[in-house]
Amino acid sequence: MNPIFKSHEKDFMRIEADQVCVDYNGTVALYDASLNLKAGSICGLVGMNGAGKSTFFKALMGFVRPSRGKIRINGIKVNQAQREQSVAYVPQNEGIDYSFPVSVWDVVMMGRYGSMNIFRIPRESDRRAVVHALERVDLLDLRGRPIGSLSGGQRKRAFLARAIAQRASVLLLDEPFSGVDVPTEKLMAELFLQFRQEGHTILISTHDLNHVRDFCDFVVLINKTVLAYGETSEVFTSENLNKTFGGIPPNPLSGPTSSKDFLNE
Amino acid sequence: MSEFLISITPIDWLLDPLTHDFMRRALMVSALVGGVCGLLSCYMTLKGWALMGDAVSHAVMPGVVVAYALGLPFSLGAFVFGVGSVALIGFVKQKSRIKEDTVIGLVFTGFFALGLVLVSKIKSNIDLMQILFGSPLGISRSDVNQTLIISFIVISILLIFRKDLMLYCFDAKHARSIGINTGMLHYLLLTLLSLSAVVGLQTVGIILVVAMLITPGATAYLLTDRFDKMTLLAVISSSFSSILGVYISYWSDIETGGSIVLVQTLIFLIAFLFAPRYGIFKNQTFINNN
Repeated sequence: MNPIFKSHEKDFMRIEADQVCVDYNGTVALYDASLNLKAGSICGLVGMNGAGKSTFFKALMGFVRPSRGKIRINGIKVNQAQREQSVAYVPQNEGIDYSFPVSVWDVVMMGRYGSMNIFRIPRESDRRAVVHALERVDLLDLRGRPIGSLSGGQRKRAFLARAIAQRASVLLLDEPFSGVDVPTEKLMAELFLQFRQEGHTILISTHDLNHVRDFCDFVVLINKTVLAYGETSEVFTSENLNKTFGGIPPNPLSGPTSSKDFLNE
Repeated sequence: MSEFLISITPIDWLLDPLTHDFMRRALMVSALVGGVCGLLSCYMTLKGWALMGDAVSHAVMPGVVVAYALGLPFSLGAFVFGVGSVALIGFVKQKSRIKEDTVIGLVFTGFFALGLVLVSKIKSNIDLMQILFGSPLGISRSDVNQTLIISFIVISILLIFRKDLMLYCFDAKHARSIGINTGMLHYLLLTLLSLSAVVGLQTVGIILVVAMLITPGATAYLLTDRFDKMTLLAVISSSFSSILGVYISYWSDIETGGSIVLVQTLIFLIAFLFAPRYGIFKNQTFINNN
């Protein structure tokens, strides 16, 4: 077990969701979603746009409060786990202002804020964590550059480095492969496998079925609720995928993302 | 007048005003207020809260009038109405289908109008022009003390929460995901805005205080890609504008608030044209080189 994790984190399921329901002003976005993920696993969260993937993510991050059910991360409540820095979230980066005057280094250092004192003055250990994270995503040479001067793939890697620097045992990644170049995609896939080796648990929201097949140990098929959940080889049947994608069979090679994409093809 | 200006040396130009007690006070207060507002302006411009700054600074008007009438420190009344307007904006936005910028415009004009009506109705020696346009040259000792205290509070909070507020402006979701209380930061920033508007209106008045809260930040934003440098540049340009504005006002006998804000605007214009990376002339050569 990686020594960076706190001792009690070993004994629990990394992610535990039990019959989680979320509704927005009476409209049900997710119901009875259950999930158990142990240490050292990669799980793909697969569903159409609007199937409740991001709602499930938001619930796991405590951004929305479930109307029913409970969620535990490393056996403790979500907000507590966040304060202990045991869960890191890599967003899709749609809402980020890339003309903000911060460097790559600054962005990755933000992953350390939660571990610092109130003045957020970096210690030597924080700087080491940032250097280490930048090395892993191959961005150390660009650390002084403004975040806005990076390419799309590099930006994605910078935000991944921020999550790495946080040294969380659970990583939640929202569509990590959307809009990235091939080298970045390869680098990220290798990193995820290394994380698993190190005992991290990774939940990846994606609509690319190939990625799921390539390196996800588990898969959760979602359409307003968890339709199927288990080891990838067992769950990834055409029948289950049909259910997930609303009766429209996804092409297993190109993996259309939603009924809309399917129609566009 | 022009003959008089020619006859004085630059040293006299700088030192002569300092022989007056009221000018020393005006310069000190203006420089301090410039620094405070300049520092906060970085957060306002990065967060996109220019309209919010305009709203809060106008909404403090009735507070100032009521405080004067009741013999309370005017900053107290201004602060209550500043925070109140923000709360009201949040409430109306949440409880109705009206878009935020409309709500902001609606609330602050309402408050401002209330202030105007109160001034004309409450019998007192309030000088409307002083509230609207500021008068750093005529600032009283008790007003100086209020300004010092509020400035100290704002600067302290901004220094303590510098990184958290920066992160909140950049990526509030991440801040939340690492356990930072973003709701608290939101209201903290709004409170600082109200406090800064209160000190700002002493020097440039209610109408122009929003300039103090956005122009230095906008200028600095054109000059650097580093947040720390941006705050430093904003504070320097803002304090410098205030001091120069007061001097020009003294020697040319022009309205002080207008003079300060005009200097700020000119500095912005220079940055807009000649900023090394983001000025328009730099862009031109960049395009030509390609």
